[in-house]
Amino acid sequence: MEPCLEIRSLSAVLPNGQRVLRSVSLTVQPGEVRALVGESGAGKTMIGKAVLGVLPKSVRIVEGEMLIEGESLGRLDAKARRTLIGARTALIPQDPLTALNPSRRIGPQTTDRLVRILGWSGEKADERIRQLLQEVQIREPERVLKCYPHELSGGMRQRVLIAAAFAAEPRLIVADEPTTALDVTVQKQILRLIAQLQRNHGTALLFVTHDLGVVAKISQKVSVLYAGKVVEEAATPDLFASPQHPYTRALIAATPRYTDPYASLMPVNETVLAGLADEVAGADRAWRPSHG
Amino acid sequence: MDEARILRRGLSPRLWLAGGWLLLALLAAIFAPLIAPQDPLAQDLMLERLPPFWLDGAEPGYWLGTDSLGRDLLSRLIFGGRIAFIVAFAAAASACLIGSALGLIAGYFGGWADRVISRIVDVWMAFPPVLFAILLVAVLGTGLSSVIIAIAVIDWTRFCRVIRAEAMSQARMDYVESARIAGYGRIGIMLREVLPNVLPSVVALLSLEMGIAVIVEAILSFVNLSISTDDPTWGGIIAEGRLSIHQAWWVLVFPLITLIFTVLSFSQFGEGLKARFDPVLR
Amino acid sequence: MLLQRFLVRLMTILVTLFGVAVVVFVVIRVAPGDPIAMMLPPGASNDDIARLRALYGLDKSIVQQFFIWLAGVLHGDFGTSISLRQDVLGLVFNRLPATLELATVALLMAVAIGVSAAILGARSRGTAVEAGIDIASGATLSIPDFLWGLVLILLFGVLIPVFDISGRVSPQLDLPFVTQFYLAESLLRLRFDLTWDLLKHMLMPAIALALPLAAIIAQLLKQSLKEVLDLDYVVLARVKGFSETQVILREALKNAALPTLTLVGVQFTFLIGGTVIVERLFSYEGLGNMAIDAVINRDLPLIQGIVLVFALLFVLINLGVDMMYALLNPRLRHG
Repeated sequence: MEPCLEIRSLSAVLPNGQRVLRSVSLTVQPGEVRALVGESGAGKTMIGKAVLGVLPKSVRIVEGEMLIEGESLGRLDAKARRTLIGARTALIPQDPLTALNPSRRIGPQTTDRLVRILGWSGEKADERIRQLLQEVQIREPERVLKCYPHELSGGMRQRVLIAAAFAAEPRLIVADEPTTALDVTVQKQILRLIAQLQRNHGTALLFVTHDLGVVAKISQKVSVLYAGKVVEEAATPDLFASPQHPYTRALIAATPRYTDPYASLMPVNETVLAGLADEVAGADRAWRPSHG
Repeated sequence: MDEARILRRGLSPRLWLAGGWLLLALLAAIFAPLIAPQDPLAQDLMLERLPPFWLDGAEPGYWLGTDSLGRDLLSRLIFGGRIAFIVAFAAAASACLIGSALGLIAGYFGGWADRVISRIVDVWMAFPPVLFAILLVAVLGTGLSSVIIAIAVIDWTRFCRVIRAEAMSQARMDYVESARIAGYGRIGIMLREVLPNVLPSVVALLSLEMGIAVIVEAILSFVNLSISTDDPTWGGIIAEGRLSIHQAWWVLVFPLITLIFTVLSFSQFGEGLKARFDPVLR
Repeated sequence: MLLQRFLVRLMTILVTLFGVAVVVFVVIRVAPGDPIAMMLPPGASNDDIARLRALYGLDKSIVQQFFIWLAGVLHGDFGTSISLRQDVLGLVFNRLPATLELATVALLMAVAIGVSAAILGARSRGTAVEAGIDIASGATLSIPDFLWGLVLILLFGVLIPVFDISGRVSPQLDLPFVTQFYLAESLLRLRFDLTWDLLKHMLMPAIALALPLAAIIAQLLKQSLKEVLDLDYVVLARVKGFSETQVILREALKNAALPTLTLVGVQFTFLIGGTVIVERLFSYEGLGNMAIDAVINRDLPLIQGIVLVFALLFVLINLGVDMMYALLNPRLRHG
């Protein structure tokens, strides 16, 4: 089966030459949840942004290829790429407080892609978004559609954003740490909602997180990132049962178990970090930048 | 590296260009009697409306041509610079003094003093400034001091608002309180604490204000209300040029270029100085 | 709460207008020139002068004069112009439309030019285009309307004479207008030939007034657009498939416009203040041009009337901007 998303040895650099992604390869099969896990700065958000074509201007892709359902993004012109990304992917952003335009009502904000990019009629789009708002358990969709973002709570706003992401039936959704900015009590509900909608709609999910607990709950496959490099890739149960890479083992050890709230975070072992530095340097030596 | 950066900023081209033009114009104005090729007031109807030197019919010695009374344009521009610079320095300095004093009082004492001064600023902002200037000069009678007073009376609000805001934020700081308890004079403290913070803005404003003063003087001359009609002023030459625009365009073009360069230089010089001395930007 | 804020605002406006009236009154009563002497033929008897003084109320003390005038103003009577011997209010209303039309056209042009330049600059941020816009707006902003007017007179009045540089409308035209809002009326009556003639006269002074404001709008709006364009909801809009221009127009512009708006309000009052000299420069028959004549003729009642009308315009604009700000900002509207 053709993968929903395929990334082949993607590398990206900052203007000062520092590499932020080091030959990253990964695939997401249709309907599959792939978790991208790593510490902050490991480049996991960069991968999501690269796929969606919204990398910061300073970050330059120097190598590699990205394919959405077999179509190579690099071979399309800017407009075709935008349309393809708009039609087949969606983003569930990290911070629901800043991801909604403060001066537009929820209704037009959540239906504009359906109407303006996909060419649906206004009524059909409204109907669709009401249905999705019910799916994310918003009780009064009519009222919410007429609200401005500041009239809704953080949890409500994230529900709205999830509904908007699923509304156009995209093949792939990038979820960029969608629960990090929320209250702990709300986190679980939101996570459950995303998992539920993902199953019901059969959407592939690229789930970016730093939280292995979340990984265990939601994903089938995991890629572990360190310094822009995938250090381990495995099916989720296998990763937790028998982590191969020392960094993965250290990460698992550092995650407090939810059953034991008093367990403290353990720092990653120094020797593990030293080994990692060697590994990354080795990868850099092996890598020949094509731009000279 | 810091050294290099400051040096580079110091050598910024806009500071050089602007400062260079102002210095040139200032020197020309100071040494006008030595530099000017002709007597700026000498009329000669035989020489009326001579074109500038590169056109047919130009007379040697009258580089930029003559106006409709046969007066040498270049000499009039050079002498006109004297009045422009006197007005610029005197009016900007007076506006700065009045505005800073009132701003300091309003910002530091707050309460009634602030309310009264802020209301006055509101009233002042509700006047069309050019009309106000024309009105004041008409009332005070034409002349150099009237022009300077009019500009200062109108434009002090710029300085007042900047200084007031800064003084207000400083007055709330703890160290002002502690210095007071230690027995230092209040105004002294204010000046010591407020001045360094507002200096870059005030310097920029001062430079900008000089440019504005030059323009206001030109406008007043244009409506025939500035200095006595004999003395050459840039605005007076422009008014003359506007009338004879179809017969002798150069009488309008050259003072206009002079005025634009001067105004641009004043504002860019101020901005450049501000960028160089602003502790936040640096 | 809202009512209280409104009342406080209204009070400040009234206090400001009162202050303006007092200042003008005080300033012009110190005037050395005698307006009455200017009205009468040379050799008029002292009796005649005294009678005329009494007629214009100039024989009373300044404080008395002020309150007589103020009482009149409160009844809508601004007195009689000394030089034109007509009702001041009528004269002002006769000229005000010309100035309002000029200022409106200038404002529209400033917004059109400024917003386009800001969008272009934000779209091409970090490139030579943006640097060019920065330099151009910086220089444009430093040159006041008076000088722009002279430059335009030279360029389009003399060098390439395509526009009229004098007056409001070609004098030989037959004007069917019943109001003084010529431009608006020509549009309503579908007399586009007259509209074109009016615009040909209006364009040069309007551009002169518009350029500095356009530069300020370009600078401020570009800066806040650039800030907004990095925010999450804008990124989300890009992911939805909208082009950069669509993103700027639909998502960023309104939010970026809010901080610009307050400053544009103050700048618009400067623009209206600028009509005084620009109208003079282009012999445009508006309120500002009349004001300068009034000053030169020492026409005290007319000067007072005109200055008060300008002040009223200024405070109303500031009020309007505040209201627009509240309207555009949903947080204030509901909060």
